[in-house]
Amino acid sequence: MNQLDQIRNLVAAAAKKPIDLPSDENLFDAGLLDSFALTDLVSSLESTFGITVPDSDLNPRKFSSLEKIAEYIADRS
Amino acid sequence: MAFLASFGKYLPPRVVTNAELAPLLSADPASIDPASIDPASIDPAWIEEMSGIAERRWAEPEASVASLAAAAAQDALSRANFPAAELDAILVSCGSPERRFPGPAAEVQHLLGASRAFALDLPLASAGSLFALAQADVLLSRFTAVLVVAAEKLSPTLLAPPIEKGTAMLFGDGAGAALLLRDSGLARITGFHLATDGANAADLALPLSGPLHMNGRAVILHASRKVPAAIRTLLDRHSLTPAEVPYFLMHQANANLITKIAQSLEVPPARFFSNIARYGNTSSASLLIAAAEWQLAHGFSPSTPTIFAAFGAGFHWGALLAHGV
Repeated sequence: MNQLDQIRNLVAAAAKKPIDLPSDENLFDAGLLDSFALTDLVSSLESTFGITVPDSDLNPRKFSSLEKIAEYIADRS
Repeated sequence: MAFLASFGKYLPPRVVTNAELAPLLSADPASIDPASIDPASIDPAWIEEMSGIAERRWAEPEASVASLAAAAAQDALSRANFPAAELDAILVSCGSPERRFPGPAAEVQHLLGASRAFALDLPLASAGSLFALAQADVLLSRFTAVLVVAAEKLSPTLLAPPIEKGTAMLFGDGAGAALLLRDSGLARITGFHLATDGANAADLALPLSGPLHMNGRAVILHASRKVPAAIRTLLDRHSLTPAEVPYFLMHQANANLITKIAQSLEVPPARFFSNIARYGNTSSASLLIAAAEWQLAHGFSPSTPTIFAAFGAGFHWGALLAHGV
């Protein structure tokens, strides 16, 4: 499983919905992520990819699409 | 040493249900024509699902922040049978004052007849009462009686056009109070942990001209991580674990957030006292209103820890630990 698929699965688990949309589409605008699902997603990204998201990066825009999440993981890894 | 001697509250009598509020939020703010109201655009059940709020209170037009505060303060003083004239200091937190200055603290001092007390405003929404409790703890190393009051009258601001529907549905009016004494009380304050990060000041703000702006995603994301971390930091310092704390009193911002914080601390959500369904988010007043109701329903037990915690605009957040005596 590649990293984007891993991220897609984590987003689906947080959203409690299947994620079937382009990797650059906004997850909030698509109604897939809300405030609380975002919190779960950030925690699962930390545990799955072994990263720590510092307070200064707790910006919803950094996690607004599969592509942005992948870029963020790459930056932190 | 500082003791929590009593709590008090005041809630305006006017109850506003989601069913009453939803059409008001759905109206075109540019029109006073009732035909502009689309009752279908906000579902009352959705408000409760998203926030856990079923109803809130709105203060009477003639009520001021100071009058709400004084009513809660009188409740706290009478429960401890403590005369206002013997207070050394009054700390009033408020994020919704009617004017730039003076803040409500001076007027509260006057309304109470607490002529010996100096009064100080803490213009902190949401976390203001927690910060005031911690400051009272510090002041009591020098004084003997400090009154903490938190009062909010947000409804006029929230209902002024342009209405921010997502925030207007969350908030209510009310006031809470706590009397702290140096020598005796229901519980002793054993520690606190306060924190501030102004990097997100714009994410939750009430400009002088309104409306209230809240980046809900950022607020929830930060609060759901910072509050549990603050509680753990404080408990670690006292060699305690969350599992050893039977009751948590939180700023009543959102029922789902409280549940999230409980899950993060791995304690049952039932340990977090909640009255948000009845009052909504009364900002800085909510922690003390919750404490007043919790004290009547459960209350401190000897040597048992209780955590107070809050998060709000600033961002300011933190936790306070008290042990029953």
